[in-house]
Amino acid sequence: MLSQRRFHHARVLSAAMLLFALALAAPAGAAATGAAATGPAATGPAATRPAATGSEQLNVAVAANFYGTLQKLAPRFQQASGIELLLSSGASGQFYTQIREGAPFDVLLSADAERPRQLEADGLAIPGSRFTYAIGTLVLWSPKADLVDHDGKVLREGAYRMLGIAEPRNAPYGAAAREVLVALGLWDKLNQDKKLAVGENINQAWQFAATGNVDLAFVALSQVSSDGVIAGSCWLPPQSLYSPLDQDALILARTGKRAAAEAFMHWLRKDPQAIATIKAAGYHVRE
Amino acid sequence: MSAGFYSADDLAGLWISLRLASITAVALLILCTPLAWWLAMTRSRLRVIGEALAALPLVLPPTVLGFYLLLFLGPHGWGGRLMQQLGMAPLAFSFSGLVIGSMLYSMPFVIQPLQSAFQGVGVRALEVAATLRAAPLDRFFTVAVPLARRGFITGAVLAFAHTLGEFGVVLMLGGNIPGRTQTASIVIFNHVEAFDYAAAQRLSATLLIACFVLLLIVFAANRRVPEAAAAA
Repeated sequence: MLSQRRFHHARVLSAAMLLFALALAAPAGAAATGAAATGPAATGPAATRPAATGSEQLNVAVAANFYGTLQKLAPRFQQASGIELLLSSGASGQFYTQIREGAPFDVLLSADAERPRQLEADGLAIPGSRFTYAIGTLVLWSPKADLVDHDGKVLREGAYRMLGIAEPRNAPYGAAAREVLVALGLWDKLNQDKKLAVGENINQAWQFAATGNVDLAFVALSQVSSDGVIAGSCWLPPQSLYSPLDQDALILARTGKRAAAEAFMHWLRKDPQAIATIKAAGYHVRE
Repeated sequence: MSAGFYSADDLAGLWISLRLASITAVALLILCTPLAWWLAMTRSRLRVIGEALAALPLVLPPTVLGFYLLLFLGPHGWGGRLMQQLGMAPLAFSFSGLVIGSMLYSMPFVIQPLQSAFQGVGVRALEVAATLRAAPLDRFFTVAVPLARRGFITGAVLAFAHTLGEFGVVLMLGGNIPGRTQTASIVIFNHVEAFDYAAAQRLSATLLIACFVLLLIVFAANRRVPEAAAAA
């Protein structure tokens, strides 16, 4: 009796689970067919998305450091053009790998110029679509009000426990930070003294400092300035100490929506309001 | 700023995560049951190799596992080319691709509890059932499965929870595409990347509380059934 009831119980449980999974799998199947239509293999006329939404959509891969800014720009672009931007934030190196493997992005806004150049060379971008949409500024920053002086002497005097930087090999701002430290003759010493805390990307370097786990860090001006005001203390190393932090955008060759992508690139480059927003976020633009 | 408690991306992410975790858990239970049964019952020397292989997904960092899956399932990879020859779209950057990645990533968490549960059943109970003229399949479903119930529940819960918390594999293999492959954990990461900590905390708290309640229900339901081993 007892064992029969127990068995019944188990059977009901597993039947319920199966039903639940089937119910969930049904929309998954529908999504998979939708994905197949826009998927990387579909290069023919089938590559256009089923026009269920009515408005056009662009898949935009955007570097993590520009994600917040583009989030502000996207609704304004949609208002002006009727084109919706679907943003995917990530690391530029990861996007490079994913695009080589057929990721369904229409536009890439990279954190550097190197990978877009490489994509162009690989034939994965629409020739002539690449341009510099923003130029980053490196800043030595501390949330403490009086730690960083206006000449960056604090770096040499060493009145700090740890200095945060982004990974110099992969992250452009990390490479720029290393260039500055090498130019100042401090790179080897800081490494020997184990005073560098290396974040995976520039946001992690910022987090190290913002949470007080390091005293100061090399970060992007766009991370610490809001409308030109910077909380804490900072030093802007002269541009002569590091190579320009060009951030390039391009249209990917696999896009089925070239006209929409071109409209977005043109707007990003020319619209006075867009440029003002980019500048207010702490970037320069090349006019 | 306050366009509702959750943004559209938040809700889409939660729905994708819920679907991904449930489908992964059920698919893994179906796939791993025969595998775990074999690992538990066989005397073959291949068993140690099987056990080692089943534990391997734990070794690689998730992003690296995702990277290899991307190469494998992409248009230049083996799996991707096979899919194309079969006339299907490659699985990278699709929901189905995420299911495959999650299954590989969470497989050890289902195989191990199932294997030990089956080992706990022992040959004795099955032999007794055999003397009562129960056929092999009958023995499996009416004796082994009910007795190994705890293993199934543990495996399902671990697969579900582990898939919900998954990040590296889905980010690399899925491409962080809103509404398609952007899971709740990636939406949280995006909020952090955009310095929107309030939104990140809202979604994290939602995920934690929802899963706590879900696990509570599962474990409470499991407790109400009397201990199966007592009958053996």
